[in-house]
Amino acid sequence: MTRTFGDRLILALLIGAAFVWMMPMLWVLALSLKPNAMLVSSTRGIVPWPHTLENFATLLRVSLTPRWLLNSVVVAFGMTALTLVLSSLAGYAFARIDFPGRRAVFLLVLAGLMVPEQAIFVPLHTMFASWDLHNTYFSLIAPRLAAPMGVFLMTQFFKAIPSELEEAAQLDNASRLKIFWSVMLPLSRPALTTLGIFTFLFAWNDFLWPVVTATQPEMYTLSVGLGSLQGNFAMSEGLGFLMASAVFASAPMLVLYVVFQRYIVQGITMTSGK
Amino acid sequence: MTGSPRRNAIAGYAFLAPFLAFYFVFLIYPFCLGMWMSLHDWEIVGDYRQYIGLSNYAELWEDPYFWEALRNNLRFAAMTAPLATLLGLALALALNKPLRLYGALRAIFFASSIFSVTVVTLVWSMVLNPDRGLIANGMRAVGLEPIAFLAEKAWAMPALVVTTLWWGAGFPMALFLAGLQQIPPEVYEAARLDNASRWTVLRHITLPALARTTLLVVVLQTIMHLQVFGQPLLMTRGGPSNSTRPLVQLIYETGFRDWRVGYASATSMVLFGLMFFVALLQLRLSRQEGT
Repeated sequence: MTRTFGDRLILALLIGAAFVWMMPMLWVLALSLKPNAMLVSSTRGIVPWPHTLENFATLLRVSLTPRWLLNSVVVAFGMTALTLVLSSLAGYAFARIDFPGRRAVFLLVLAGLMVPEQAIFVPLHTMFASWDLHNTYFSLIAPRLAAPMGVFLMTQFFKAIPSELEEAAQLDNASRLKIFWSVMLPLSRPALTTLGIFTFLFAWNDFLWPVVTATQPEMYTLSVGLGSLQGNFAMSEGLGFLMASAVFASAPMLVLYVVFQRYIVQGITMTSGK
Repeated sequence: MTGSPRRNAIAGYAFLAPFLAFYFVFLIYPFCLGMWMSLHDWEIVGDYRQYIGLSNYAELWEDPYFWEALRNNLRFAAMTAPLATLLGLALALALNKPLRLYGALRAIFFASSIFSVTVVTLVWSMVLNPDRGLIANGMRAVGLEPIAFLAEKAWAMPALVVTTLWWGAGFPMALFLAGLQQIPPEVYEAARLDNASRWTVLRHITLPALARTTLLVVVLQTIMHLQVFGQPLLMTRGGPSNSTRPLVQLIYETGFRDWRVGYASATSMVLFGLMFFVALLQLRLSRQEGT
């Protein structure tokens, strides 16, 4: 590949832009590592010196952060596991079983893609209120399991698997469930991984529904809890503390991102119907 | 795959049942309930409800807060969606190289997309803070007076747009990169043999090939940004003087602060209609293009 002057210029600009892009996070990281007393006088510089872990210690000690972390973990893992089970079962039926009404039901499920949570969170709130089920893990997780995107993805994936594999198993008189479990699922590991990571990211960062259903601080997720800190803490008192909470909430996602970057990007392209 | 129709029907619905149960209870039913609620004077307190036909919609028509929020929504989406598309396209074009360095740069520009809205707004509230913010520090260093971005009417909405671009530009970039990778390399080979300039290649090969992706990105971005909620709620509380409060925040406040869930549902239905309209538009456009 030949490098022209133009290429070099663009690359230099890109590196500059990438640095600017990272600045907010680097600065916040630096602030989170500085003593609060020092931040009262100055917030300049991205070199965290002198540094301290006091802000993170405070975060774990005085706030409900550990509990929120636990809630986020339960919600994200629960939602992910259940979404994978429901979507793969339904996707298999749509892609592989020829039953009456299949097309109609599939269209009905696709229509659900048009209904965003922003349009139904008020009636959902009313429903959960009448069942007295707000502030539970069930209320945090269940409405998300209705999202049809995973079913759609799994259907597309199962359709692409050659039918010979399944027919061989059928000759051996294996049941549908057995074929699904021992033939199809092992083949769909890549799709399940992508869907799983994507669901997990979504669940971890979810904001609107958790803010509506979780009204007791003990049931906040990390994302909602962090939002509540933003309102409660005057910036002048606990700036470093506040910044530590941002770093704390984003660290697990960053690790996940570094490990699974390929799948995450793939997931975004897949969910856009490509 | 074959099997007796009866057995297939049983198997098919058995596999679908777990998902469909959640789908009907938590999506179809609440959607229908929302429509039903929008026809009522329905309050959370004391289970008060009375059928009032389309009165909520008539009241919306007269409600200046609704129009203000709708205008804010449209302004926000009209700024954010095109800018995010352009930024994503520019980044994808510049970073579409197989070298490691470019991969690292792609990862950096994409990384901000994985943060939650609370992290993003917390970071940017600080960056934009007029007393001790990153931008204020920079402005003071060059002798400028810092601006209270989030408190001034002229700046608040653009500040939310910039925040959102930083948060979300990775998505369009990823979609455009996928689109670029679907262009067959032979087309570029041929162009090189013809000694076509870089600009010509971009205008006559690359951009036309990305037309479908562009349409998709614009529609997805528009629908997404019509749903904006967390950024104004957490950064400006809808202010200054209601200039950034979008429909979702209005629904949230009408429903859970004023307890008027019927009226809030009517607003939800308008929002749904708006998004539905954009999606239909995309369907029409992509059909036209496909033929």
